[in-house]
Amino acid sequence: MEDCLAKKMEITVSEAEKRTGRNAMNMQETYTAYLIETRAVESQSEGQCAPVDSLWRRYSEFELLRNYLSVTYPHIVVPPLPEKRADFVWHKLSADNMDPDFVERRRIGLENFLLRVASHPVLCQDKIFYSFLTQEGGWKEMVNETGFQLKADSRLKALNATFRVKNPDKRFTELKHYSDELQSVISHLLRVRARVADRLYGVYKVHGNYGRVFSEWSAIEKEMGDGLQSAGHHMDVYAASIDDILEEEEHYADQLKEYLFYAEALRAVCRKHELMQYDLEMAAQDLTSKKQQCEELATGTVRTFSLKGMTSKLFGQETPEQREAKIKVLEEQIQEGEEQLKAKNLEGRDFVKSAWADIERFKEQKNHDLKEALISYAVMQISMCKKGIQVWTNAKECFSKM
Amino acid sequence: QDLSLPNGTPVDTSSPASSSSLLNRLQLDDDLDGETRDLFVTVDDPKKHVCTMETYITYRVTTKTTRAEFDLPEYSVRRRYQDFDWLKNKLEESQPTHLIPPLPEKFVVKGVVDRFSEEFVETRRKALDKFLKRITDHPVLSFNEHFNVFLTAKDLNAYKKQGMALLSKMGESVKYVTGGYKLRSRPLEFAAIGEYLDTFSLKLGTIDRIAQRIIKEQLEYLVELREYGPVYSTWGGLEVELSEPLEGVSACIGNCCTALEELSEDMTEDFLPVLREYILYSESMKNVLKKRDQVQAEYEAKLEAVALKKEDRPKVPTDVEKCQDRVECFNADLKADMERWQNNKRQDFRQLLMGMADKNIQYYEKCLTAWESIIPLLQDKPETK
Repeated sequence: MEDCLAKKMEITVSEAEKRTGRNAMNMQETYTAYLIETRAVESQSEGQCAPVDSLWRRYSEFELLRNYLSVTYPHIVVPPLPEKRADFVWHKLSADNMDPDFVERRRIGLENFLLRVASHPVLCQDKIFYSFLTQEGGWKEMVNETGFQLKADSRLKALNATFRVKNPDKRFTELKHYSDELQSVISHLLRVRARVADRLYGVYKVHGNYGRVFSEWSAIEKEMGDGLQSAGHHMDVYAASIDDILEEEEHYADQLKEYLFYAEALRAVCRKHELMQYDLEMAAQDLTSKKQQCEELATGTVRTFSLKGMTSKLFGQETPEQREAKIKVLEEQIQEGEEQLKAKNLEGRDFVKSAWADIERFKEQKNHDLKEALISYAVMQISMCKKGIQVWTNAKECFSKM
Repeated sequence: QDLSLPNGTPVDTSSPASSSSLLNRLQLDDDLDGETRDLFVTVDDPKKHVCTMETYITYRVTTKTTRAEFDLPEYSVRRRYQDFDWLKNKLEESQPTHLIPPLPEKFVVKGVVDRFSEEFVETRRKALDKFLKRITDHPVLSFNEHFNVFLTAKDLNAYKKQGMALLSKMGESVKYVTGGYKLRSRPLEFAAIGEYLDTFSLKLGTIDRIAQRIIKEQLEYLVELREYGPVYSTWGGLEVELSEPLEGVSACIGNCCTALEELSEDMTEDFLPVLREYILYSESMKNVLKKRDQVQAEYEAKLEAVALKKEDRPKVPTDVEKCQDRVECFNADLKADMERWQNNKRQDFRQLLMGMADKNIQYYEKCLTAWESIIPLLQDKPETK
């Protein structure tokens, strides 16, 4: 990663702003714009800081960038964007895209996306990406001029269509299966986690009622009054503490979500291999049948049923000149086909090689990141337990003074 | 009956009410710690009895004492709930000026609660043990004849039948509950007690509802956790390097589930019953207050009747004097009992609430241990292949 952009340039998505404008259908719309700030990493010894460049981008532009990268680098597991709409929310969290908490988490997610791309050995060198970060005007036109939409394989979008591939690389088949399972299990995890958060919230908040009733009770007591009153205060603290706890946990959920979406990107690479292999097999099949046709015409034997064969039987044989012409055409097509097949084979092998290299890189990154996520989750739980012990110890002391 | 103070001094027994209340007031200053205690009662060892007509539980009641009122230094008898209930009624009859401790509820809705489940029987045992200990600690109630028989008699049922005839015997069932008289105004100090008890039982009722709500929320949280943990395990099955860490997290959540289950159980079995006991206690005390009102009302009515007679020498007849005596003794007994009750209540709630805090601390400590123990597992770097 010596040459990756992330080492040369500081990238942040520092602000989010609500904007109103007119959309393609000339209707007024509200959207959020994000401020991307970049600064060259200079040696700090001069004590001088390089100037900060900045520009505003909205989510749809990020989407355009990612689509471009996915199409242009189909062998790369392209980092995912943060979710478009709030999903897996527990009741207190808003599902509204304009909600400040959602916007804030999205800002962080977009920054993370840019950093991921900037630290990728291949993607960081892309010019369009660089322009996205540095060139405010005309970027959209620049992207469209690359003509990437034409390169896009529409079949990639048809996720469930099956293509009968005879000899796929077994590794990719297994990997596709893995990415499906991963998506399923992380979705399930996020759904249950949201419900767990909901319930935990309820448990903590009900304790707040103790605060009120202890206070009321302390009013009619003499010796017990002070102890009850102060214990009640600690119950209020306990009830209030859950808000921060669950907010912190949302970061963990976001880390899981990133890999949920990464699984999709992984699947896309496997799918691409499948389609390439399918095209290859179709081309080979086509070549074989053309060769066979040629042979039949040359030798005059009909080994396989063909409409041409039947028609010639019904409507009379063709002349030797006609036959010669056909053979020549076929021979040309066969030669073309063989060259194309060679190229496709090479393309296929290159794809498998470079894709697998990126997949290995991705696997290591995934294992590292998820381990870190689990550790930070455990640390959060430990912190929550310690807070709980603290509050109840304080309450116990108040009770002991009753 | 020859009553004497614990130190041997004989007491004037002209009026049974006055002697017992004297005892009551004197004992108040005496700190009942282990050294001065001479009567110990325990309830344990529940056993199920299956008979043709019914199935029921008996408890062993063990007594250790140095009191002269007891023939032997030790007793061990078996009693069932209805025996305790009989004792309570007898005490209320024979000691109407005193606050009798509450018993756990008599009737349980069949089908909702299993009368023979371990948890139910244990909860009841604790309540019955508390009941007898409170009587034991009371300077007047602990000397009650029915209490003595309850602790010592081999055949309680025989005594119960006999007791019907004993009702008429003097010195025991002085009819305090006269009925039919209405009190004009409760004296300030007793009105204050009444108001206190009203608010007190209201607050306890609220706390009971909150505690129940918390238990409910905790159990719903537990349901979700039980689904949550295993998903990590499923994920671990998909992975290679992450397999152990994910399994570790799954196991950890499982441990937290166990800890939470224990917390909810403890709160249900130990916390809620004591709250409910005190609500019953307040109700008992309010009834005693009402009885006191009755006695005062009777006295005032009789006094008024005398005043209306307009005699030359307004001589207060003996039965009005007796009424006045009764009022004064009742008031004294009630105030003494109330003070003792307040003190015990403070200690009981201190213990109860500290216990609740303790259980929560233990729950968090168990969870903390679980999470701390998997940190090294998560940080562990596998051997390079």
